[in-house]
Amino acid sequence: MTILSRLLTALSLVLALSLSAPMAQAQVNPTQSSVSEDALFQALGTAPVAGRVTIPDANAGYLIKPENKSWAALQGQTLHTLSIVAVVGMIAILALFYLIRGKIRIDSGFSGRKILRFNAIERFAHWTLATTFIILALTGLNLIIGKSVILPLFGEAAFGTLSTWGKIAHNYLAWPFMAALIMIVLLWIIHNVPNKLDLEWIKMGGGLFKKGVHPPARKFNAGQKLIFWSVVLGGAALSYTGIMLLFPAEAGTAADWQFYQTIHALVAAGLSAIVIAHIYIGSVGMEGAFDAMGSGEVDENWAKEHHGLWVEEVQSTQARNTAQVTTPAE
Amino acid sequence: MARMKFLCDADRCIECQACVTACKNEHEVPWGINRRRVVTINDGLPGERSVSMACMHCTDAPCAAVCPVACFYTTDDGVVLHNKDTCIGCGYCSYACPFGAPQYPQTANFGTRGKMDKCTYCSGGPEPDMSQAEYVKYGSNRLAEGKLPLCAEMCSTKALLAGDGDIIADIYRERVVTRGYGSGAWGWRTAYGETVTV
Repeated sequence: MTILSRLLTALSLVLALSLSAPMAQAQVNPTQSSVSEDALFQALGTAPVAGRVTIPDANAGYLIKPENKSWAALQGQTLHTLSIVAVVGMIAILALFYLIRGKIRIDSGFSGRKILRFNAIERFAHWTLATTFIILALTGLNLIIGKSVILPLFGEAAFGTLSTWGKIAHNYLAWPFMAALIMIVLLWIIHNVPNKLDLEWIKMGGGLFKKGVHPPARKFNAGQKLIFWSVVLGGAALSYTGIMLLFPAEAGTAADWQFYQTIHALVAAGLSAIVIAHIYIGSVGMEGAFDAMGSGEVDENWAKEHHGLWVEEVQSTQARNTAQVTTPAE
Repeated sequence: MARMKFLCDADRCIECQACVTACKNEHEVPWGINRRRVVTINDGLPGERSVSMACMHCTDAPCAAVCPVACFYTTDDGVVLHNKDTCIGCGYCSYACPFGAPQYPQTANFGTRGKMDKCTYCSGGPEPDMSQAEYVKYGSNRLAEGKLPLCAEMCSTKALLAGDGDIIADIYRERVVTRGYGSGAWGWRTAYGETVTV
């Protein structure tokens, strides 16, 4: 019972262990409880595969988010095409309109008498909104089509620098845009409430398509009301989604951010097309129209043709005012 | 020409985070940025598995599809790289990436994103190979030195494989056949549209 017996015990123990080892291994089946990627994808559907990470960034816990590829396809292809179609399409429509209808003239010619249409505050609000919108639209459009238009022309280095400045301009000019948007709402909302006159204006096609046709209108006709509400509602949507894009932490999840980005791009494309039409009719498209926002004073004949009721209102107010001034106090 | 890929054998990964540390050290990655990370699925539950994840260098990379300035390019080895001089830090690629690879250092006020940073498969950027300018922006260029990415090279359990996609798929397939189980080539279906079948 000394060394020999100890050795025997040890040997039998080793033998027993080596025999039982395969059995022990068979008891633990790693496939049974192990997660497999395929099974996880099936169980999760479109939800991301997530787990625990040791770094503070909680978003790093998402291992695979296959849904991000859907947004990538939407942004990289669909929104890209839609933006080009909206802008190029509207320019083509306007070019066609110009070729057929030509410049809309003042039927009775310039009278030489001026009438104040927009005062300095209104023009300031309009031009702040207009300049910021144009820069925002161009810098935004650059993010969509710049790589297929500007990049081949100027090269990667210049395009990168331009886009960096474009991004900064877009981020900062959004704020004066929003301020001007609030200003035009306060200034013009009373004049833009839809009424029965608008139906008549729409029925007559706004007199846009036929010479000598001028539906009656107050300060803003139905077409201008349409522009107003497009800018106000579209601008509000752009502002809200834009703020969410600027502050992604406020936007919520990545999917929420992607949703806001899609809305932002769609509204921007639509509003840009509308504003291009607005710029056309306010400049080359119609004789005497630019003065309204240029000097603020329009020709009386232009005003009578396009805003007949408004001219009557203005003139009767003026007459009343003059009467009050000239009547001596008793 | 080889088509470089990563493959993490989750049945071997022991979540030691050495790949993460090696990457950070090799490229002097800025504070707050992880080009590679380890995610543990079913943590503390039966069947828990850890997966080391970085940029998968996708085929038809979604980041490249959404980049407004087209700063991404794919090398002859199938590695997706980007030009930090062109990048404007818009963040789109981080929302397009299924693997959470693109990250941004905070450079200015209001948390403005700087130039995007991600795994380069240890192969630098558009600057001349192994130049100082390349090292500062992208880290070291091991591929140009004839070496594979450090994360995979120093993986203690050889869970993380890097190299030609066909070769590492064969290695993984052989392992699965030999040991009788495998949780799959994580991310392959999403990144390359196909997975390793045994």
